[in-house]
Amino acid sequence: MDFSFTENQTMVQQMVRDFAEKEIRPNMMKWDESQEFPIEVFKKLGDLGLMGVLVPEEYGGSGMSYDEYIVVVSEIARVCGSIGLSVAAHNSLCTGHIMYFGNDEQKKKWLPKLATAEHIGAWGLTETGTGSDAGGMATVAVEDGDDYIINGSKNFITHAISGNIAVVIVRTGEKGDSHGMTAFVIEKGTPGFSGGKKEDKLGMRASETACLFFDDCRVPKANILGKVGEGFIQAMKVLDGGRISIGALGLGIAKGALDCSIKYSKEREQFGKPISQHQAIGFKLADMATEVEAAELILYQAAYLKNNKFPVVKVSAMAKYLTSEVAVRNSNEAVQIHGGYGYTKEYPAEKFYRDSKLCTIGEGTSEIQKLVISRELLRE
Amino acid sequence: MKILVCISKVPDTTAKISFTDGDTKFNEAGVQFIINPYDEWYALVRGLELKEANNGTVTTISVGGPDYDPIIRKALAIGADAAVRIDAQPTDSYQVASEIANYAKDNGYDMVLCGKETIDYNGSQVGGMIAELMDLPYVSLAVKLEVNGTIATIERDVQGGTEVVEVSGAFVLSASKGMAEQRIPNMRGIMQARTKPLTVVPASGSSAMTEVVSYELPPAKTACKMVDAEDMDELISLLHNEAKVI
Ligand SMILES: Cc1cc2nc3c(=O)[nH]c(=O)nc-3n(C[C@H](O)[C@H](O)[C@H](O)COP(=O)(O)OP(=O)(O)OC[C@H]3O[C@@H](n4cnc5c(N)ncnc54)[C@H](O)[C@@H]3O)c2cc1C
Repeated sequence: MDFSFTENQTMVQQMVRDFAEKEIRPNMMKWDESQEFPIEVFKKLGDLGLMGVLVPEEYGGSGMSYDEYIVVVSEIARVCGSIGLSVAAHNSLCTGHIMYFGNDEQKKKWLPKLATAEHIGAWGLTETGTGSDAGGMATVAVEDGDDYIINGSKNFITHAISGNIAVVIVRTGEKGDSHGMTAFVIEKGTPGFSGGKKEDKLGMRASETACLFFDDCRVPKANILGKVGEGFIQAMKVLDGGRISIGALGLGIAKGALDCSIKYSKEREQFGKPISQHQAIGFKLADMATEVEAAELILYQAAYLKNNKFPVVKVSAMAKYLTSEVAVRNSNEAVQIHGGYGYTKEYPAEKFYRDSKLCTIGEGTSEIQKLVISRELLRE
Repeated sequence: MKILVCISKVPDTTAKISFTDGDTKFNEAGVQFIINPYDEWYALVRGLELKEANNGTVTTISVGGPDYDPIIRKALAIGADAAVRIDAQPTDSYQVASEIANYAKDNGYDMVLCGKETIDYNGSQVGGMIAELMDLPYVSLAVKLEVNGTIATIERDVQGGTEVVEVSGAFVLSASKGMAEQRIPNMRGIMQARTKPLTVVPASGSSAMTEVVSYELPPAKTACKMVDAEDMDELISLLHNEAKVI
């Protein structure tokens, strides 16, 4: 067993760090404040090959594995969770769905543009009435000649407004039938397809979240990914990878919160010594660092299983659950260690605190992860 | 246009510095290494820009053991076409410069670019020595390099201004801040780096002319004394009596 980074991972880590320090850190509070989705940053990330990390080279991607992918998302999130979330959603949800379930023609058509960020991708599963219980969705597609006509809406969709293409999972069969849903690719500009108003969020504010509306939206059958009726099953598999992705997001935030806490606690003096020398603070750092290490190990274990096509459902749910909770705990402690300054926007702790909470909600809440884990345990 | 860029391995700027063997060796344990920033950001990137504009090639050259390979592959990922590693432990500036010069002199490079200094030993010697050993003109601390045919126009920072120098034919240059902008490698570059040639050549056997007797860390930073903004007398007295700077 080898726990050290490969040379590729080290190089990717340095590259992403350099990029994040140069292009993201100086602007992130401005984007956060104004809820601006900085599209130009994603174009630059695309130039670097970070918007199609897992996409094979023949489709214009970087052809790397989950090992490097975790490094990419976590190193971005270590600086800014919002950009990390958008990179994660673009890579693993929209792009991932087409990569895993599209036919060759569809992959040739859409992946090269997604991999370079010429197109930003969105992925729509959640609806206002169905989040955790996504299978109960109400948005429907009805067959009409060579097309399907879609009516309804999707809620909380990352890149709903700025996205150029969306993969959406909608009902084509009976409610309650897990084989009654189908995945479609819909391009921006398709009549009857539109994005709604941006959500005003607690954190992840530079990552755009909004509704998608479908009003007699006509989509050709050629845009169906895989088979009719398989959309929900596909979505669950996409989420297996997505959990590694959100896990990396949580890991990055947890590390960022630890980094700033170590730095601050060495600088800030109270009662005549740096606060890091007060055991209560030193022990907080010890807990935070221990949890980061554990979270990182289970996340790379999930990546190992995924890379080698072993069953990953249980471990990826565990990884997503643990990293998310660690992100929230570490960010909470980071604010505490910073005291009153941690409560202000002068220091990065409060942003980690706000951003981290998304991790225990998006792509399956912590409760849903525990549901998945316990089901797998009881099945074994 | 054939460009040779010297690449050296240095500890990351955040590395904890300590010594072993009775303070005669730098302790490499747990230290992350990077390409010397002056080599990477300025010499290499300017070399790549010139190669792209003039249809040339950029080869990097390093004197070091296999531990150099990761940073050499990073230079390849950034865009160098090929790399040469002279298989010897670098010991002093003369040994490194003469190994590089021995290799370079038979290979017809139009220019040899290096950083103005390494950020660890700050020797600032290798470039000048290479030039001398190859009998080529040397321009140090360059901030701008333009090439037009066989004439290179180079700007150097001098006290209070800029000096513009022209050289004709092959030359050696040491690059300073401002010559180019850092280039972040992309994923494709990282993948391609594995398939680009990294040639390991035996050392010509040059030996060092100097020997390190010992290293010493700078004194630890002492505590910072805060003086009330209103209390000028106290400030003056401290600067005069304690810091002894006025
Ligand atoms: C910033 C952001 C970006 C997002 N991006 C996307 C996107 O790009 N695409 C997309 O499709 N979705 C996206 N989502 C939606 C996200 O996946 C859902 O919010 C999430 O799945 C939870 O669904 P819900 O909000 O409807 O909560 P609910 O499902 O209503 O859950 C409410 C609470 O009940 C708990 N709960 C629900 N069911 C159970 C159960 N059976 N047992 C125990 N507890 C339960 C939950 O854990 C939670 O605590 C995004 C959300 C956010 C906030």
